[in-house]
Amino acid sequence: MDMKRDYYEDIELFSSGTILFWTVVLLVALFAAPLILSNYHAYLFNLIMVHVIVAVGLNILVGSTGQIALGHAGFFAIGAYATVLLMTELSIPFFAALIIAAFISAFFGFILGLPALRLEGPYLAIATLAFGLAIMHIIGHVELFGGRQGLMAPALNIGIPQLGLDWEICSEKGKYYLILSITILMTLFAVNILKTKAGRAFVAIRDSDIAAEVIGINLTIYKTLAFAVSAFYAGVAGGLFAFVLGFFDPFTFHLILSIIFLVMVVVGGLGSVMGSITGAVLITYLMYDLFKNVDEIPVVGDLMVAVSEQWLTVTGMDNFSMIGLGLVMIGIIIFEPLGIFGAWIRVKKYWKTWPF
Amino acid sequence: MPFGQLLIEGLAMGACYGLFGLAVVIIYRTSEVINFAAGTMAVFSTYIAFHMITFYGHPFWLAFFFALVFAALLGMFVEFFFLRPAKNPTLLGLIVITIGVQLLFGGLVCWKWTADQQAFTIPFSYQVIYEPLPGVFISQWAVAVFVIAAVIVTLLFFFFKYTKLGTAMRATQQNKHAAKIVGIKTDRIFAFSWAFSSVIGVTAAMLISSRTILDPEFMMEPFLRAFAAAVLGGLMSVPGVLLGGGIMGLIENFFGYAMPAWKPITAFVVIVLVLCVRPSGLFAKHYVKKV
Repeated sequence: MDMKRDYYEDIELFSSGTILFWTVVLLVALFAAPLILSNYHAYLFNLIMVHVIVAVGLNILVGSTGQIALGHAGFFAIGAYATVLLMTELSIPFFAALIIAAFISAFFGFILGLPALRLEGPYLAIATLAFGLAIMHIIGHVELFGGRQGLMAPALNIGIPQLGLDWEICSEKGKYYLILSITILMTLFAVNILKTKAGRAFVAIRDSDIAAEVIGINLTIYKTLAFAVSAFYAGVAGGLFAFVLGFFDPFTFHLILSIIFLVMVVVGGLGSVMGSITGAVLITYLMYDLFKNVDEIPVVGDLMVAVSEQWLTVTGMDNFSMIGLGLVMIGIIIFEPLGIFGAWIRVKKYWKTWPF
Repeated sequence: MPFGQLLIEGLAMGACYGLFGLAVVIIYRTSEVINFAAGTMAVFSTYIAFHMITFYGHPFWLAFFFALVFAALLGMFVEFFFLRPAKNPTLLGLIVITIGVQLLFGGLVCWKWTADQQAFTIPFSYQVIYEPLPGVFISQWAVAVFVIAAVIVTLLFFFFKYTKLGTAMRATQQNKHAAKIVGIKTDRIFAFSWAFSSVIGVTAAMLISSRTILDPEFMMEPFLRAFAAAVLGGLMSVPGVLLGGGIMGLIENFFGYAMPAWKPITAFVVIVLVLCVRPSGLFAKHYVKKV
């Protein structure tokens, strides 16, 4: 049903008119959205888009290359701190700082990729986890990074102040357009990279690294490249995240954030860019909006407050988001291991082949 | 602080890490699952004991016994409801499930007992100091740790070597399918190994919390260090993990004494260095990949 007849059909961006149409509708809707969004929702959308960038990048590493990564909050932190420090300490313009920060992050990804060449499975999981935590501790102990007090992001000036080109973005909606454009660019890049030589090498490594090596793929280059690309994405996202939040400290980048990133990719569906985007949207909405304000949901909220007062504690109810995330993680592996994308494929196949 | 003092303290803490690493290893040996939830499950059971002592006024040993029973049931519960229903999960899938369990129980503990720090005391205080040799001091707590660790390891040794269940566990570890053919109910073996692991985990957690503090996150760092110990030992061997725990405790104590600010990251540095040199741990047999 999705047969590809030649190479050009395989690499084209929109495989059918329907997909092109709905993509255009989605883009128009996204660009028009600020007209009706409140400030809080613009903030939430910004957060979602930042997470989309991370999830798309992490998907290249976890979904396409098959490496386990539990330390992406580390790259995210490197991106955030590097962007802000380059802007405040060296007064580099925003875009240049963002790109340099992303390359610094990619360099760290390359470094982490080196030991990862020899590790696999649980050992790789623990090594990446250790990396994420180590970054958090190092940032917390160095004065330049603001220590435990954290850092304040400077004003978001996307012009070049040295040349007198000032373009300061203050409102949430201004940031929304900036982040949206970057997110679209990064997503396009991810979709395309998976159709190049490098992308196909990643997939071959995932399916069997020994077979990939036999057919002439240089594992050293492509595994470290996968780490570097993924870290680049996390770096860009981190740089934007610094301005979405405005203020951050080392504990913003705790282990839990790495877990949230991984869950986005797993829930969305491994190896699919569209899946990662859906996963990031869903998990960010659940974690940062629905579960966080669970006591404000009409009936369920009252019930939960009552339960808390009776048997548990009301102050501890903020932790419901953890419980919710845990249940989502367990549920998705038990009931739908391929994630939302897998469910979508099943539904699509059912309707295409109906009534058989 | 004198050298001998650091040595004994480090070994005692290392014995705790070794015990806790044992909890990780027991599950990994039988079912090849890395239990990221080990720390939180132990915290949950410790809080049960804490609750019985503080709010109901039960004596410590009753609470301790009850916490062990609770931990065993909790381990079986997790295996039965969360791991067994997953059909042919990938390695990443298993990791995601156990992290999910960790968040679930962590959230529940915070919800019930809040994130406040509590004091958890056991009958062995680390303020009671003995002086067996002139100049060498050893606290009652450290003595208790060594004794408990020795007892558990001896029991485990005899259990794996001589009992029917222990033999079945070893058989399951060597070859799951062959074990099924000779009539071992491997699912039940997995449930038992989760129960064992959970019980050993809560024992270690109580020892650690009486030395430090009790809050919902107190096992996070010990878990990572215990994991580092297990990785040092190759994730498979019981003597290996104990030796790894000892090394971890010593490194951490000496390094932490020299540079206190960087104490938390020693575990990670050790893990990464060891894995770079020997990708499957110091004491593991060389791992050959089947294609």
